[in-house]
Amino acid sequence: MPKTKTAPKSMGFEEPLIQLRQKIEELKDYTKTADVDLSSEIQSLEERLSKLENDIYENMKPWDRVQVARHPERPTTLDYIPFLFEDFIELHGDRLYGDDEAIVGGIASFHGQPVTVIGHQRGKATKENIRRNFGMPHPEGYRKALRLMKQAEKFKRPIICLIDTKGAYPGKAAEERGQSEAIARNLVEMAGLEVPVISIVIGEGGSGGALALGVGNHILMLENSTFSVISPEGAASILWKDSALAQTAAEAMKITAPDLLEMKIIERMISEVRGGAHHDYAKQAGFIDEAIKESLGELTGLSGKELINQRYEKFKSIGIFSE
Amino acid sequence: MAMIREIFKRNKDKKETTIPTKKAKDVPEGLMTKCPSCKHITLTKELAKLHKVCPKCDHHFKMTAYERVESLLDEGSFTSMDDHLKTENPLGFPGYTEKIKSDSEKTGLNEAVLTGGGKLKGQEVIVAIMDSHFRMGSMGSVVGEKITRAIEAATEQRLPFIIFTASGGARMQEGVLSLMQMAKTSVALKRHSNEGLLFISVLTHPTTGGVSASFASVGDINIAEPKALIGFAGRRVIEQTVREKLPEDFQTAEFLLEHGQLDAVVHRNDMQTTLSTLVRLHTKGANQNA
Repeated sequence: MPKTKTAPKSMGFEEPLIQLRQKIEELKDYTKTADVDLSSEIQSLEERLSKLENDIYENMKPWDRVQVARHPERPTTLDYIPFLFEDFIELHGDRLYGDDEAIVGGIASFHGQPVTVIGHQRGKATKENIRRNFGMPHPEGYRKALRLMKQAEKFKRPIICLIDTKGAYPGKAAEERGQSEAIARNLVEMAGLEVPVISIVIGEGGSGGALALGVGNHILMLENSTFSVISPEGAASILWKDSALAQTAAEAMKITAPDLLEMKIIERMISEVRGGAHHDYAKQAGFIDEAIKESLGELTGLSGKELINQRYEKFKSIGIFSE
Repeated sequence: MAMIREIFKRNKDKKETTIPTKKAKDVPEGLMTKCPSCKHITLTKELAKLHKVCPKCDHHFKMTAYERVESLLDEGSFTSMDDHLKTENPLGFPGYTEKIKSDSEKTGLNEAVLTGGGKLKGQEVIVAIMDSHFRMGSMGSVVGEKITRAIEAATEQRLPFIIFTASGGARMQEGVLSLMQMAKTSVALKRHSNEGLLFISVLTHPTTGGVSASFASVGDINIAEPKALIGFAGRRVIEQTVREKLPEDFQTAEFLLEHGQLDAVVHRNDMQTTLSTLVRLHTKGANQNA
């Protein structure tokens, strides 16, 4: 559901905007009580604000994008579902061990067409985050996802995956139940699906835990989402033994949507609402809706075999080396 | 006074010249090898004959890719492929090109995996052997490409594919390109599998991270060497997350076997026989004892 109560939490790089907005508010308050006309001053400040907004939001650095991708109010899978689909029915469990709430999935209708939707699910407040394990799945989460994908294939429904995780959960129980196998199995089985698969990174795409929903015919990324082999903090601590250098690592590792588009790993980058998806859920969902329609349109005509071959060629071509 | 000073000076000089250089230290190391587990010392030549398994405590030493070829495949049967692929530095990481070059000189490999065709007790197979002496066996673009091409060759020639994994995971210096190699090798494996062909994964020490979470874990048959470290996340990361002490044998081959993640733990001495028997049992019209 869209949030309207308070202005979203601001991020470091937005600081100049916050200050300017505050100043404008102060002036406006002042004119209400005092008997001076400051409208021309306010107008010029507002012009400056709009120019500054352009400067900041049109030139976002990788680290700025990482912050937006991690924004606590950033819309999650369950936030988008009511805007993107109708008749969503959530389906639970992997039939083997349990129901991992760090991944949600189900059947829904996309502009009248039945589809299967699967996505990582993190929480916003602490309580929900604990329930969702901060969006970090256990093996049963990946096995539930695979079960729903196979089900979609049986009924010839396209599959839409929403990726939003820091990574698969690094815990004792996860290892005991085969975290590696669960992820690996998804990669191989997704390769063979005879229905269109569209994977959309909506927040953080952290390593193998993200890729386990990512072997799609098309991979799309929201403008301020990331897809990486390791978090910037993790990279910095391994490469330079200092996690404080995360900002540098975020740039060096090329993890943002524009980077992946340039490397031809993803098919589309989905624009975000100015300042980030958290400013307007409904409008953002509209952008995603358009992108899904385009990708589905391109994939719908392909036969099961052609879809498998398209996926094969897509991933086969990724990698930079010389012969 | 001057004489005394002279004495000190001479001593100083002498001390400097007797500091052993790294090169000098390497010579005796080549002759004898000390077991890191039980400290038993074995002649290196002797150890090679024993498939690099400690005669006293059964510790399985790390093997180079070529040592593995020698201990496993029929003599002279191995032909390598894709040795010409060259690693680039796609993210422009300082020092990466140099590290690749020095590891390449050290190991005689172009990258952290050796691939090719060979014979296992007379039966043709395609193998990929990862070498942890090369950048910890980590997987970047070239490792992913070599493994994918090896799988494709196996599919084309309708042969079994056997991989020996030894890797710390995806290679960080190539960023998300490394991560995508997990998907690339997977699409190739799916095609191989759909043809009804056999894939055996042999997990050796260590197999972790992205390699563990892709091809290493999805063999038709998953075998590990004794005591091999196998897992998704690192032990320290898990200990920090769950804040509890992990059991001693956590993420060992035996631990995985106990938790239903492996088909078998096989001693290196039995590896050739086990693998060749498995291959034979998957070959039509070859069910007689060859």
